[in-house]
Amino acid sequence: METLKKKIVVIGNGMVGYKFCEKLLSKKGSENFDIYVFGEENRPAYDRVHLSEYFSDGNADKLTMAPFEWYLQNNIHIHLGDPVVHVNRQEKTITSLKGITQSYDKLVFATGSAAFVPPIKGVEKEGIFVYRTIEDLDMMMDYSKKCKKGVVIGGGLLGLEAAKALLDMNIEPHVVEFAPRLMPRQLDEDGGAVLKAKMEALNVGIHLNKSTAYFDGEEAVTSLVFNDDTVLLTDMVVISAGIKPRDELAAKIGLEIGPRGGIKVNNQLATSDKDIFAIGECALHEGMIYGLVAPGYEMADIVASNLLNAEKEFTAFDMSTKLKLIGVDVASFGDCFGTTPDSKTIVLQDKNKGIYKRINITADGKHLLGGILVGDAESYNMLLQTSKNNIVLPPNPEDLILGARGGSEAGGSGVMSLPDEALICSCENVTKGQLCEAIVTNDFTEVGQVMKCTKAGTGCGGCKPMLVDLLKETMKSQGKLVKTELCEHYHYSRQELLDLIKFHKIKTFDALLSQFGHGSGCEVCKPAVASMLASTWNEMVLKPAHAGLQDTNDRFLANIQRGGTYSVVPRIPGGEITADKLIVIGEVAKKYNLYCKITGGQRIDLFGAQVHELPEIWEILINAGFESGHAYAKSLRTVKSCVGSTWCRFGVQDSVAFAIQVEERYRGLRSPHKLKSAVSGCTRECAEAQSKDFGIIATEKGWNLYLCGNGGVKPQHAVLFASDIDTETCLKYIDRFLMFYIRTADPLSRTATWLNKMEGGIEYLKDVIINDCLGIGEELEREMAFMIETYKCEWKEVVENPELRKRFTHFVNTPAPDPVLEFKEERGQKFPNGWGTKI
Amino acid sequence: MIDTAKNTKWIKACSTSDVPESSGACVLLEGEQIAIFNFTTTGKWYATQNLCPHKMQMALSRGMIGDLNSEPKVACPFHKKNFSLNTGECLSGDDYQIKTYEVKVENDLVYVLV
Repeated sequence: METLKKKIVVIGNGMVGYKFCEKLLSKKGSENFDIYVFGEENRPAYDRVHLSEYFSDGNADKLTMAPFEWYLQNNIHIHLGDPVVHVNRQEKTITSLKGITQSYDKLVFATGSAAFVPPIKGVEKEGIFVYRTIEDLDMMMDYSKKCKKGVVIGGGLLGLEAAKALLDMNIEPHVVEFAPRLMPRQLDEDGGAVLKAKMEALNVGIHLNKSTAYFDGEEAVTSLVFNDDTVLLTDMVVISAGIKPRDELAAKIGLEIGPRGGIKVNNQLATSDKDIFAIGECALHEGMIYGLVAPGYEMADIVASNLLNAEKEFTAFDMSTKLKLIGVDVASFGDCFGTTPDSKTIVLQDKNKGIYKRINITADGKHLLGGILVGDAESYNMLLQTSKNNIVLPPNPEDLILGARGGSEAGGSGVMSLPDEALICSCENVTKGQLCEAIVTNDFTEVGQVMKCTKAGTGCGGCKPMLVDLLKETMKSQGKLVKTELCEHYHYSRQELLDLIKFHKIKTFDALLSQFGHGSGCEVCKPAVASMLASTWNEMVLKPAHAGLQDTNDRFLANIQRGGTYSVVPRIPGGEITADKLIVIGEVAKKYNLYCKITGGQRIDLFGAQVHELPEIWEILINAGFESGHAYAKSLRTVKSCVGSTWCRFGVQDSVAFAIQVEERYRGLRSPHKLKSAVSGCTRECAEAQSKDFGIIATEKGWNLYLCGNGGVKPQHAVLFASDIDTETCLKYIDRFLMFYIRTADPLSRTATWLNKMEGGIEYLKDVIINDCLGIGEELEREMAFMIETYKCEWKEVVENPELRKRFTHFVNTPAPDPVLEFKEERGQKFPNGWGTKI
Repeated sequence: MIDTAKNTKWIKACSTSDVPESSGACVLLEGEQIAIFNFTTTGKWYATQNLCPHKMQMALSRGMIGDLNSEPKVACPFHKKNFSLNTGECLSGDDYQIKTYEVKVENDLVYVLV
């Protein structure tokens, strides 16, 4: 007889509801359950912690915890957009809004919370939002188009996240907090003051000790009036004043609710009905609602385990947290306010740099109790582990926040000094021991592999730097080295070689090889060095010293095709071309019987030219005003454009003119890989700029710059880098971006790959380019200015130089063309006769 | 000059300046396409068939030259198959074999033993 599976119904498909399903499925015995999930939102669970990223890239899918198919693959009966509206506890059934009735053996409330909206007069006015769901964000984005200034009510963690969202929408943010400091639950007075100063320096207005009396305005909100009669003008308001557990259904069916909301649970997370559990932000445990994701995950794990007869209990959870708020690190851990009796406090305050660090230690100075970090939280993970694992402190505990100052090395620091049981990822409960074991047994070399295998770092992501350290140290301890050498001829990385070339002013491959390499070179190092030399000195690539280094296509300044003929692509900047020039292209194609094709980059490719015909063809093209399109080179290809504001009824800027300006600025720039760009005249994005290495989209106020996208084998969208910048700033950022890429990328790595590998990612790139954190901004601009100044059309030089022209023959001992070329005709045009088969 | 034993002879292919430095060029000798390679830094010269056996392309003379563990080689410009210039053996792990020829340079002229 078939045993009946137990039915588990989960109400709510948020982060914790999803985690419950995942935890349950991962356990042995889970095949004895049928899981039913009812969610109110239309999309599957997504990462609310990183909601503000939606503003920077507009990509909701990236936030998804697991795609819809995941639920189907795991046989979860999932109903989205269909909240549970009633529970019959006697018959053990639930009823959904759409009328589905489902029986359950165990019921799990994971209904989460809603934004708490204080009952302030005028709160129903237009332009007042909460910050909770992707739909909230969409509504805000829509409304924000007519706004210049926005106010966030609430100076806590979520409020500051919301302020970041306003910044990303190019709205001047103001934060209003009732308490006398920011983040009152995590920071002390001095820490809050440092954070306030940092926020103000970033143009976030901070208004403390303010309680809002009412919102003023006709239909839409226009100002906040405070109880002290002061007024703050605004175009929109975001309320982020805390959370309110979603306990209305639980209350309706008679479960016990706390006096200020929340479904009461015991240590097993059971409600007053033993078959009903509550987890996450809707649960009230010992008078406490946990508004963080880590304790929610812990609860999910406990209920899932206990369903399979484990005996786990939820006890008070550590509320330690570290986050980056608008680029400012803030962390708070353990006993952050030093409330433990007789505890002592060490404080480091650097008002110059905006750094505040506080640690609280036991009376005997041996153990760390907790602390607060603002402005620099690099030591957070170490400090947290030191306090959690009760590690005995060094004799001078102040070293923990000051760093060692000379003398002997500071003991007890570094991730390897932690015990194996130290919890590195508290969201997923992964210990150092588990991580090291995974790295060693699977021979992992990349942090992504470690994350995929152990799930560490996939929650809040705060432990990722530690994972990187752990991986590096573990690899080192196994005697492994990460290979960065260019090839067998150079024991240097590309970046090191480029530095050598610049420092020693080396101008040829042979000189570099004799000084810093060995052997004769190969097809890996030759083109790589050729590219470095070209993007440093910008000499003609076919000069005798350089010609032999050039890869297949660069060698003849054309793209080799099947059969050994070449294709010719003249530059058509921005895709704009006159009728006369079109006629010239047509005449050339006709004269040399070339196959014609429009490329994806808005230009025309002429195929089937024999090597000796190339200079003749280019002579005609150059006389007609064309120049090399560099389709053969690892360099800028095209800057695609839509027709823009001159013709298009939607366009807001002249995208064609800007595309031409950009294309002419960077034409011929040799780089580690090809570069593509595009300019769109409005947000409809007809030029597909977000799939380019650097893409520009016009806005009402200027340009939005997107970086590091590509199509190809592994398509990747470009990331929004800067918004509403003027033309000059846009070009300055691109100058710096391209030169920084040329300086630091591995050979043949596109900008997307380069960014993916970059430690610190897009934020670091912004730091380098916008904030000039490395102090090389002007140098990069100078280098680019040199490249622009020294640009010459390579084909013009060949056409005018008889010595170079001589190289364009198939045989050097006879003017005869290659006798084995064969062609066929299809659709009225010439084609090569396939790959050669017999000779 | 004829080597009667092997029925081969030295044929003048081109002048040294016809082959770009650290690079290759193609000559047509007795109806055969032959690639000649000039290792400028070591002063050595090599010659092979111009045909890459991988996709039957007349292309080896346009390939980049260099060495692999000190073995002189050429990389086909099409798909970067490597061939030893000493033995003609394919160094990329495929079963191809190309013909090699002896080369000598006299008075700035390049001769190939065909």
